[in-house]
Amino acid sequence: MRSRGRVVRGVVRYALMLVVLAVTVGPFLWQLSTSLKGPAEDVYTSPPRFLPAHPTGANYAEVADVIPVWDYALNSLKVAVASVLTNLVGASTAGYALARLRFRGRRAAGLAFVAALLVPLESVIIAQLTLVRDLGLGDTLVAVVLPGAVGALNVLLMRNAFAGVPYELEEAAVIDGANVWQRFTRIALPSVRGTLAVVAIFAFTGAWDDFLWPLVVLSDSDRFTLTVGLNFLHGTFQQNPRLVAAGTVIAVAPLLVMFAVLQRYFFRGVGEGAVKG
Amino acid sequence: MAGRVRTHRAVSPWLFLLPGLAVVTAFSLCPFLTTAHHAFTDARTLTPGGWVGLRNFREMLHDEQFWVALRNSGLYVLVVVPFTVLLPLLLALLVERRLPGVAFFRSAFYTPVVASVVVVALVWGWMLDDRGLVNGLLRVLGAGPVHFLGDQWLLLLSAMALTVWKGLGYYMVIYLAALAGVPRELHEAAAVDGAGALRRFVSVTVPAVRSTMVLVGALSSVAAFKVFSEVYLLAGPTGGPAGADTTLVMLVQRTGTGLNGRVGYASALSLVVFGVALVLMLLVLRANRRGREGG
Repeated sequence: MRSRGRVVRGVVRYALMLVVLAVTVGPFLWQLSTSLKGPAEDVYTSPPRFLPAHPTGANYAEVADVIPVWDYALNSLKVAVASVLTNLVGASTAGYALARLRFRGRRAAGLAFVAALLVPLESVIIAQLTLVRDLGLGDTLVAVVLPGAVGALNVLLMRNAFAGVPYELEEAAVIDGANVWQRFTRIALPSVRGTLAVVAIFAFTGAWDDFLWPLVVLSDSDRFTLTVGLNFLHGTFQQNPRLVAAGTVIAVAPLLVMFAVLQRYFFRGVGEGAVKG
Repeated sequence: MAGRVRTHRAVSPWLFLLPGLAVVTAFSLCPFLTTAHHAFTDARTLTPGGWVGLRNFREMLHDEQFWVALRNSGLYVLVVVPFTVLLPLLLALLVERRLPGVAFFRSAFYTPVVASVVVVALVWGWMLDDRGLVNGLLRVLGAGPVHFLGDQWLLLLSAMALTVWKGLGYYMVIYLAALAGVPRELHEAAAVDGAGALRRFVSVTVPAVRSTMVLVGALSSVAAFKVFSEVYLLAGPTGGPAGADTTLVMLVQRTGTGLNGRVGYASALSLVVFGVALVLMLLVLRANRRGREGG
């Protein structure tokens, strides 16, 4: 009797998970399906047809004629990779100093990052725009990267991760005469790989997905990132939803691949308590 | 020698901190001070402007656009936050146990978080189109078509639904981290006492993750108040029919950018965004403290 109840509960659990799966992933599959439908196939049928009758990749070639989608993707990739590197270096060094090094002004430095966390990006965007223009960086990809180059949240995540590593490991190295840099690179960093993966994923998706800041800072269409460029596909809705679908699939595919590769580390990093703040 | 060691100790922490501190100071803290200063000037994109005292704030009181935007951003918080606090918790409970296949579901539920808001808005725009997927399904049921993207309120509701949907996986992960710390014995003891699933949820799970719920409430209310992309993308740059769906951050962007952007007025609006976000966060934290004292 009890075991039957358990089986029923298990079935209900999996059924619910499938429902949520349909709700969260279904829209993307519908988009993929639309992108594979040929020009002759009606995309407005009712009931909707989920599988394309004659799958074709033609829309992917054609969307590049409407907007230079591959150039935009390359711009986004540059921005995202740069952001990952700057965040990994900047957040781990700062986090290490806050967690492990003793010096005057440590509290003040920690407070600066907490204060930065409290300032919503949206409320300083006009001042940031003025700043990058004054620096002569207006309308460049460097300007797109800079404000998020070292996220305050990432610094605090790294600080918590380093604080959780047993100190004895480093003490032994100190006795062996290792300097700060050696302790940092050889002992501390390898112990927080999970959190580094979390920071890398946050930085990559944050940069790849960002919309408001690149929209504000970029005006030359050669330098558009994918999100800003895709926004222009909006206008082509009435003409051809298949092209828009192809563009969005191009935008989302690299992220899904990266996440699929890193998700093991991501959820382990989450388990390390990285997201508890 | 001793002197060298001492300087080394005093300098190296700051070398470690330098990149992070420089970015945060230059692009968060200083811009905040600049914004606070500009709010009291009539600066424009190409002219520095002069001190005007409280004129920007007085103008706001009579600016109909401002009140519309404030209403929309406020409504966004009221509708989005309860769903964002509750639904991801239920989702986390669903995938909490290490059953076969659960790892796949967890990752799959995270997909909308990974996808860019622009992609998501295009996907939803196509689904909610007058002849899109949702209306296609509604027609099968003999209903509709519903003009989701043509009506001021339906548009705003659609954007809210999109925000909740996109945040599900993100907050689910935060809840999963919290649930990992809840002792299983608590649940088992309650089950032995004959408590049903709902009772256990209310009397075991909720108290155990209470502080996380407050954290999610604070994070999501601040995020909801600052909403820009979802509404901008679904309703268009002008904010839907007659601009009726404009949010506060959309108003900042529209007012402060462009060749003749009103930097001063936009900065004053930015200060309002900052102030309300801060108050929201403090309110949630205080409600938490009072609740804890009461319980």
